[in-house]
Amino acid sequence: MRAIFKREFKSYFTNPLGFVILAVFYFFLSLAFVDYYSSGVPYVGKVIFFLSDIGLLFFVIPVMTMRLFSEERRTKTDQVLFTAPVKLIKIVLGKFFAAFALYAMAFIPTIIFQMIVSSQGDIKVPISYFLYALIGTILFGAALIAVGMFISSLTESPITAIIFTLISNLFIMFSSSFASFITVPTTSESTPVLEKIWSGFLQIIVDFLNGMDFRSVLASFGQQTLAIKDIVYFVSIIIAFIFLTERSLEKRRWS
Amino acid sequence: MIEVTGLSKRYGTYLAVENVNFSIQKGEIVGFLGPNGAGKSTIMNILTGYLSLTQGKVTVDGFDVAENPEQAKRRIGYLPELPPLYTDMKVREYLNFVYDLKKVKFPKKPHIDEIMRLVRIDHVQNRLIKNLSKGYRQRVGFAQALIGNPDVLILDEPTVGLDPQQIIEIRNLISRLGKNHTIILSSHILSEIQAVCDRIIIINYGEIIADDLQENLSKKLSTDHSIVARVICDERDMLAALKSVKGVQNVVCLGKKEQGSYDFEIIPEEGADVRAGVYSRIAERKKTLLSLTSSRLTLEQIFLKLTQATSNDAARKMLGLDEDSAAKPAANEDSSSFVIEIVDEIDTKEDEE
Repeated sequence: MRAIFKREFKSYFTNPLGFVILAVFYFFLSLAFVDYYSSGVPYVGKVIFFLSDIGLLFFVIPVMTMRLFSEERRTKTDQVLFTAPVKLIKIVLGKFFAAFALYAMAFIPTIIFQMIVSSQGDIKVPISYFLYALIGTILFGAALIAVGMFISSLTESPITAIIFTLISNLFIMFSSSFASFITVPTTSESTPVLEKIWSGFLQIIVDFLNGMDFRSVLASFGQQTLAIKDIVYFVSIIIAFIFLTERSLEKRRWS
Repeated sequence: MIEVTGLSKRYGTYLAVENVNFSIQKGEIVGFLGPNGAGKSTIMNILTGYLSLTQGKVTVDGFDVAENPEQAKRRIGYLPELPPLYTDMKVREYLNFVYDLKKVKFPKKPHIDEIMRLVRIDHVQNRLIKNLSKGYRQRVGFAQALIGNPDVLILDEPTVGLDPQQIIEIRNLISRLGKNHTIILSSHILSEIQAVCDRIIIINYGEIIADDLQENLSKKLSTDHSIVARVICDERDMLAALKSVKGVQNVVCLGKKEQGSYDFEIIPEEGADVRAGVYSRIAERKKTLLSLTSSRLTLEQIFLKLTQATSNDAARKMLGLDEDSAAKPAANEDSSSFVIEIVDEIDTKEDEE
């Protein structure tokens, strides 16, 4: 697992991709910080949320994940991985953590921002605000990485992978908007059974779409308390998609 | 060392490999020979655990590939058809990665240095793989397979795309490695198999149609063991004279191959040695014998003969193998086109030499 992590992480920096991604993150974080700071909101948590608020993560993360498995399959380098005495899940984890490490590096400047704010701010904002926002955004990104990695494991071309990852991310982004288009008819004792079933069905769809909205879950990390259920939400998505990736790779051996 | 029983592999509805059985002892160099698409690579991919098997059992050094893949994989070094190289890495960096990936126990630097010396890539160790030529990439692939000093080496068409000089080098390397490794090698180039392998497994349409030592194969097939005589003489007279030699079943004139002489193919009765008789008959007639050659089949001819057969069952019949395996509908209409391919290959091979 460590060997794969090392190679994968390094490969982000053997071409400009890794640098470009970090530059984009740093640019927007700095922009947000300068903007908030000068307008008198010395709240670094808001700076961190800025990345997901403008939807940047939905577009940058697919670039990080598109090559993870598709490229290996295209160039047949996966043969060296899958014939090595390593468990499949460790290969998947190695790759996941490589992308995750790059993503986590994006938030290094926010520590500096927080230090600036804490050292000279007259308005004291509890440091927990910063930490919760950081934890939330990192988990949020990790969930998107897991989804992107899974899609990458399904295809042979990074281009196909990025297109489908973008589609799935757009769906995640706008799922609660889709939900608002659906009106669930109210039912009472007297409504016929069939209509009751129909409205129940619509309710399930709406709940599902609302549940898909990563950003509304992330928003609750902006509160003063840390809700375990929100952490569990992201962690379970991460685990589910890592598992699915492993299954999809295993399935390929059998087809 | 390697035990394969009842191996089958199905891609959807297409049966790529069917009921393959063989076992390979420690230290053997075995050649998989077969036309393109015969199932050689599929079998190799299954042995190395890259693909799963649909049916059957494969064990490497007693470890089942399906049940105990890590132990089995640890014993195998695999060079796929296309060397699995990360082109954005340097040679040493790549080998270090493979070393870490395989969790090798030997000390790192001396082990990798030794392998690089063995395949002669130590002078390119700091170059990016993408800037290397095909021959060097192949050798880096070789080095990758050798890391961890596995007992079994599986090499899928190791000399494809190399120039003659490199082919000879790789062959020598295989022979050298064969002294203390079990090697399975696949190729559709016959001379290659002939040059390095003791034992040959011929695969066609996903089945094994022959599995024997090289010399046994040609012995089995050339039951008629005919000889060819080139004589300066008159065609008719000599034909009659040779036919009357004791033990001769039939004589066919092959025509003029050399100015002023005729070639005769002499087919003896089973088990008869007619060489002395033929010679004395020609001497009796005071004719000049230019050459007398045994037409024992070369590997190329064996291969053609077997794969030209309309079905695998017919090929087995040629070898005198019993057909205990169930008769299958022969889906081999295109075997003639394949023969053309092989002939082409022989031609190009001759050009190379």
